[in-house]
Amino acid sequence: MSAVAAAPARPSGGPSLVTQARWAVSDSLMIAKRNLLVWMRVPAYLVFTVIQPVMFVLLFVYVFGGAIHIPGTSYVNFLMPGIIAQTAAFASFATAIALAQELKKGVIDRLRSMPMARSAVLTGRLAADTVRLLVTILIIVGVGYLVGFRFLNGFGPAVGMVVLATVFGVAICTIAAFTGLAIGDEESVQAFGLIWLFPLTFVSSAFVPIATMPGWLQAFANHQPVTYVVDAMRALALGGPLAESLWKSIAWLAGIFIVFIPLAVRAYRRAA
Amino acid sequence: MSQSQTTSGPAILVEGLTKSFGEVRALRGIDLSVPQGTVLGVLGPNGAGKTTAVRILTTLMLPDAGRALVDGHDVVREAAAVRRSIGLAGQSAAIQEELTGRENLELIGRLYHLSKSYSRSRAAELLEQFDLVDAADRSAKGFSGGMQRRLDLAASLVGHPKVLFLDEPTTGLDPRSRLGMWDIIRSLRAGGTTLLLTTQYLDEADELADEIVVIDHGLVIAAGTSEQLKDRVGGDVLEFTVPDRTRFSDAATAISKIGESEPHVDRETGVISTGVGGRGSEALIEAVRILDGAAIETHGLALRRPSLDDVFLALTGHAAEEDGQPGKRRRGRRKADGQQGGRDTAKAAS
Repeated sequence: MSAVAAAPARPSGGPSLVTQARWAVSDSLMIAKRNLLVWMRVPAYLVFTVIQPVMFVLLFVYVFGGAIHIPGTSYVNFLMPGIIAQTAAFASFATAIALAQELKKGVIDRLRSMPMARSAVLTGRLAADTVRLLVTILIIVGVGYLVGFRFLNGFGPAVGMVVLATVFGVAICTIAAFTGLAIGDEESVQAFGLIWLFPLTFVSSAFVPIATMPGWLQAFANHQPVTYVVDAMRALALGGPLAESLWKSIAWLAGIFIVFIPLAVRAYRRAA
Repeated sequence: MSQSQTTSGPAILVEGLTKSFGEVRALRGIDLSVPQGTVLGVLGPNGAGKTTAVRILTTLMLPDAGRALVDGHDVVREAAAVRRSIGLAGQSAAIQEELTGRENLELIGRLYHLSKSYSRSRAAELLEQFDLVDAADRSAKGFSGGMQRRLDLAASLVGHPKVLFLDEPTTGLDPRSRLGMWDIIRSLRAGGTTLLLTTQYLDEADELADEIVVIDHGLVIAAGTSEQLKDRVGGDVLEFTVPDRTRFSDAATAISKIGESEPHVDRETGVISTGVGGRGSEALIEAVRILDGAAIETHGLALRRPSLDDVFLALTGHAAEEDGQPGKRRRGRRKADGQQGGRDTAKAAS
């Protein structure tokens, strides 16, 4: 550790590639730890990521649920994968807002002017988001169990559903990271998030069977990623045909990562 | 605090630096040289290019052309090395408000790849130095503006920077916090750190800087010590307000015999001012006599030390707070070749 401690005084030449790789990991972990600490310290974050989906569960199960009939299973079983996917998607607001705030306050300028790994702010953020999503999803599953939801397809697929939901959430977080850094103003970022996330999550198979929607809306709902992910999650949780929705989900999620990780990195580099 | 220098040249060397944002030419060829262990004050109004220069020197932004070395390293080609030599405190407190003061500093230490135990002791040391010990374990959200800025400055020092960049370190602070910040900056200079600080306030540059450069419209329009800059204004300034706008030109004509430079008339506020050199009280008495003789009503006739505004007027022909917009230039003094303004007016009057 002594060589590391002396780094700021090192004249030139710079650290070796191995050291740089080690720093990239340790810097990311440091940023991730910081982000999780912040998340736990601010009650509002927990309220928005956990209380809000719990209210949605209660609202849909007890208020709307009576009017919605799902052939073959209870509404709460149908609903929970949808609620979990929506929760995972909405958790990305915190990512976008936090990055926009850091940009505005000059935190990102400070970090970029330091000899730390440049990738760490984004990788650390996404690592913390993964943990945050997993915790949130497990809480929502627990709440679901309290109101009558049950996994019907065994343990392995149940874990698969949680993993798919988490990866989906992280994919949405990369889009949010890009918008947060590119827009740079927390209120605009929030408004923008609502504009695309609301239709995407509600006009999907998350809350009601798509067959009950008007034809023109079905055309959109049937072919958008949230529907594929929710259908795959539902198949994992409850059983039923999985292959098509799963590979389409994976293709969409891979596509999102391929497009938005470079965009987010570019926005971070150019952040002004 | 003092560091052994690894290079013998200037701590900061800037040659012909330019940067444009679309149509806006933020920097139009800046040259700077800051010897090690000295403080350079970069003085200029909003939009003059100060922050752009700091952002390029701290590797946050690439220049369009020109060259800049910090601690002997090129800010473009050796950005990583530059980052190991510098500290940056920007215009706002770049701290994580949800964390405590101590946690903020320890995190920065870890991101500088200092060991855990050294990060901890360095944080404790800085909290002590910046008078934040009592608040160290409280969330930074509850800190006053002055405390947040002190914490921010402390964060910029965690890595023992040889060259410290402070971008408007006292903007938005109350007068007491401002004086506290000045004390801290003085002690940093005493400790041998090279400092580049930007400011809009002449008194701040005056108090803290060994050398001052004045930037306007992306160009260095003057450089020197604060005394040299003030000399360009011509000593004290005589100032008064004429309530009757029809008498502005009469007043200016009457007073032009006293001043060492052509009087400056602000047609919106009726404030007329002129440099009177070292003949302060003599000029004041004369002014009272002349204005009274010409039956011009005045308010608040007084002498004062030249301000940033006066320096700017003398150098550029427009006031500092006008955002440096050519279209909004005040009238009454000379315009045209802004760069030589001060010198020419002084010459014309002598």
